[in-house]
Amino acid sequence: MIVRLGNWIGKHLMLTLGIMVLIYMYIPNMIVALMSFNDSSESRNLYQFQSFTWDNWLNPCAPQGMCEALEVSISIGLLSTLVATTIGTLAAFALVRHRFEGRATMNLMLFLPMATPEIVMGSSLLALFVAAGFGGQLGFWTILIAHIMFNISFVVVTVRSRLAGLDSNLEKAASDLYANEWQTFWRVTFPLVFPGILSAALLAFSLSFDDFIITNLNSGTTVTFPMFVWGAAQRAIPMQVNVIGTLMFVIALTVVISGEVMSRRRAKGKAAAF
Amino acid sequence: MSLADGVRGDLKLTGLHKRYPNGFVAVQSLDLVIPQGSFFALLGPSGCGKTTTLRMVAGLEDVTKGSIHIGDQEITHAKPYKRPVNTVFQNYALFPHLTIAENVSFGPKRRGIKDPKDSVKEILALTELTEQASKKPTQLSGGQQQRVALARALINRPDVLLLDEPLGALDLKLRRAMQVELKRIQEEVGLTFVHVTHDQEEAMTMADTVAVMNEGRIEQLGAPYELYTNPHTTFVANFLGRTNLIKGTVVGREGSGADEVVKVDMYGTVASIKASRVHTDAKEGWIGIRPEKVLIQPEGTSIDAPGASLPGAVVTDVSYIGVSTDYTIRMPWGQEITCFEQNTGRRGGLIPVGTKVDVSWRPEFAFLLDSAQDAEAGIVEED
Repeated sequence: MIVRLGNWIGKHLMLTLGIMVLIYMYIPNMIVALMSFNDSSESRNLYQFQSFTWDNWLNPCAPQGMCEALEVSISIGLLSTLVATTIGTLAAFALVRHRFEGRATMNLMLFLPMATPEIVMGSSLLALFVAAGFGGQLGFWTILIAHIMFNISFVVVTVRSRLAGLDSNLEKAASDLYANEWQTFWRVTFPLVFPGILSAALLAFSLSFDDFIITNLNSGTTVTFPMFVWGAAQRAIPMQVNVIGTLMFVIALTVVISGEVMSRRRAKGKAAAF
Repeated sequence: MSLADGVRGDLKLTGLHKRYPNGFVAVQSLDLVIPQGSFFALLGPSGCGKTTTLRMVAGLEDVTKGSIHIGDQEITHAKPYKRPVNTVFQNYALFPHLTIAENVSFGPKRRGIKDPKDSVKEILALTELTEQASKKPTQLSGGQQQRVALARALINRPDVLLLDEPLGALDLKLRRAMQVELKRIQEEVGLTFVHVTHDQEEAMTMADTVAVMNEGRIEQLGAPYELYTNPHTTFVANFLGRTNLIKGTVVGREGSGADEVVKVDMYGTVASIKASRVHTDAKEGWIGIRPEKVLIQPEGTSIDAPGASLPGAVVTDVSYIGVSTDYTIRMPWGQEITCFEQNTGRRGGLIPVGTKVDVSWRPEFAFLLDSAQDAEAGIVEED
């Protein structure tokens, strides 16, 4: 019996390992989803499933300050994503398509922020803001500036790798087929680089939404969602945090899956030729 | 003026020169006229400047000096998208995000044709791609992708169609089939085709006129038959097929006009070479003779060629290929030459290794080249 079980595992080792890794990765999400239905009104200081309730989902904004913090995080996330993706994409184009003085240095300097420990970057930014006289105005805008800064590096790296894999003959073919520079960009280059830009933007948003260390150092009195969760964890985490957590997870999953479905459908070719 | 309605005419390259920023000269003051409607091949080894020339015509490479005209229209510095020229790229460069029909209609749409459906249909039929219209390039085979690249360029009816090693990525069998196909399409549409290739057989089977390029210059230009039978340089002689080159010394001239011959002494035997096939003024020269023109006969039997024959040669290697046999023969002066003999059955067997043979050829097939040129120039390693 045991031998046969061993054989079975041997045969299915890869599959078994893969499923175990997946379970390991998704257990936290499962627990978060489960806890979002937890009625914790009786013992608030125990992170333990008591009884099932819809209350948390019906009143997600019940804990004081949580939804405000969420709003700050989402606004900063969207704004920093927009600005960083724009600047980063342009920088990636410049780095891949043009040979200019200082290109190698530029590449290195764009990589550096990714390799710098967040605590170092956060504290040096704080020192900079204070030195520049913004010590009293730390808050939304200083967080935004910080997030744009670290996001640019990630966007450049992501878009650059997509661009580097793009056959430059495609653009030559487009211009050979009567497309001017503008048409070549919008009809050929952009559609082909777009998946890279999109994944860069998604990455930038989640990095910004997530960030605690740099944000905490440069936030003044502003509270972002991760800071709220951190603060709440000192006392007792309101179960509504799990609602937000589950929502974010579901949204991310939906975006990824729909992207995958769309690209598969596109690969199959459209039914109509025109 | 719509681009495709441009004044059609010959493609004229005048003093075309390309020097890269690193100092490398890819094309050296090229002068070339490619007649309208012809199938023209630029043939040469890699790095000879043929692709650079093509890209300058397409506008994908800047011209250092010289000019490019189509008919009376100068296009030397025109943007690529303003030239009545289209290119079939070496690796096809099909747009991966568009369907075959969208790829093909890309050109017409950019030129303001709102609904090119009919011409797309027509060109897809011509290139036998109707079934594939709504597929993506990655779903097609290599040969099909090649035809899409061709259709995408042809639909614009360019004054000049440029083909950059278009068959290079295909396997041998498909390549042969596509050669015939391309030639058929060219004859059907009647456009000027400029075909760049390093494959001499491809150039010879398809093109009306072939220009052999080497180190940025045209070595010789002519019809395939002319190039093969009467090469002007050792490079052309070796690059197009194989050649035996034997050292000789000019000893005199005879006759006049078309009958004028040059007498050349090679190791004691005097050969006559038609003056029109002599391409050197020096006293020394390379006597060239194609292996299939070399006649051999065991010593003492009669040889089917007028004039003198070279005695004292020995067969050193025989390779039987079925349709023909390759003989390697050591001449009395130590040089080894090659002879291809059709297996017509006339001989009733092979000549064994070690047999003493007489060597000869019909005088009208020999040619004389400049002895200052490298006898090994243009020899391609078999791959």
